[in-house]
Amino acid sequence: MSGVEHVDRGPLERAELARLVAADIPHGAYVNLGIGQPTAVADHLDPAAGVTLHTENGMLGMGRVAHDLESDLDLINAGKIPVTEAPGASYFHHADSFAMMRGGHLDVCVLGAFQVSQHGDLANWHTGGPDAIPSVGGAMDLATGARDVFVMMSLFTDDGRPKLVPACTYPITGRRCVTRVYTHHGVFLLGAGEVRVRETYGITVAELSARLAVKLTATASAA
Amino acid sequence: MRPVVIRDPDEAVADIADGSTVLVGGFGPAGQPYELLDALRRRGARDLTIVSNNAGTGDTGLAALLTAGQVRRVVCSFPRQAGSWVFDRLYRSGRIELELVPQGTLAERIRAAGAGIGAFYCPTGVGTLLAEGKEIRTLDGRDYVLEYPIHGDVALIKAFHADTAGNLVYRKTARNFGPVMATAAARTLVQVASIGEVGTIDPEEVVTPGIYVDRIVPIEPAEPREAP
Repeated sequence: MSGVEHVDRGPLERAELARLVAADIPHGAYVNLGIGQPTAVADHLDPAAGVTLHTENGMLGMGRVAHDLESDLDLINAGKIPVTEAPGASYFHHADSFAMMRGGHLDVCVLGAFQVSQHGDLANWHTGGPDAIPSVGGAMDLATGARDVFVMMSLFTDDGRPKLVPACTYPITGRRCVTRVYTHHGVFLLGAGEVRVRETYGITVAELSARLAVKLTATASAA
Repeated sequence: MRPVVIRDPDEAVADIADGSTVLVGGFGPAGQPYELLDALRRRGARDLTIVSNNAGTGDTGLAALLTAGQVRRVVCSFPRQAGSWVFDRLYRSGRIELELVPQGTLAERIRAAGAGIGAFYCPTGVGTLLAEGKEIRTLDGRDYVLEYPIHGDVALIKAFHADTAGNLVYRKTARNFGPVMATAAARTLVQVASIGEVGTIDPEEVVTPGIYVDRIVPIEPAEPREAP
């Protein structure tokens, strides 16, 4: 048996995917949520889990997004959206903020991706297109430094091409750094060049194997 | 040398020369020293290298300096974002050079300059386009990229409060690059929302000690320039 197949339903909705990732963040963890879809994970964290959010622009204990009236332009997240302070918050400068990442002090980061390879290579900063203006921000630092790198993405592009691939064709952000891939169609655990299916949604493992060019292997139990 | 207080921003930037490397604090609008950048634009210094996290958004601050054609080269981590049309247009038409640096490497290269470090091995970017052509060294089984410090001729930063000895405190995430940039330039200019006599900051709460500050420019807080 290769993972748990949830075939009595469709793929996960956006909010369901964010909730699934949130449920897998260990209690007490220090976590960085990337720009875009990963930001939504914060809405589903159980306050009792004691998760502390890090934002690259110099803050631990980041709170929820600010309402209009409490919005403060000196208190923003990595996406430059006004946020709030959670109790116990702290501020620090940029070199310290990235030393936290690079030094292995962050337990988990959750990032979006263009592609992930079966070896855990991540591509999420640059399409490499001739007209593209490259912007990297903190993506490489997070990919290199966080102890666990979770990717949250769609499993297929809009035109149906897989994003979990044998080798990235886009320029990579980091080598062999991704440990888990959360998609609307299923959750994949990466390690030692293997892709293990933890669970699927709206599709069987056999159907996934037919659509992906990577070899999927069995997982003994849910991680 | 102990810092001086200069109330006129134009006077504070009057000796910034053509061809200077200018470290500019801020993460998006938070901590961006808009009034010092405006003064630098009026000063008209050209052929500048700007080191900053972003390359300006909207039409004010850093973006206005780019529009004025005073910037030859930008060293930054995240130039392309919502509202970065000024940089985008210059870059696409080949009128500005870009050195793209991972954000933490950018901060650490600036920190290294201020701390007297000649170079350092950094794990970020190994195996990527941004490490191409750079020395790679394996230490204790892990690969690192050799990175060099970034020195500024001048740093323009923004803090919340200064005392007349140049000790600084910042406000929330507007701190960002300010404390590291303050250490890494031949001259550090800081704009502050308020200034007080020595003793107005608890020594335990000083973030940037005055030794790193050369010119303090008090500027009344204005309305925000742009939505974040």
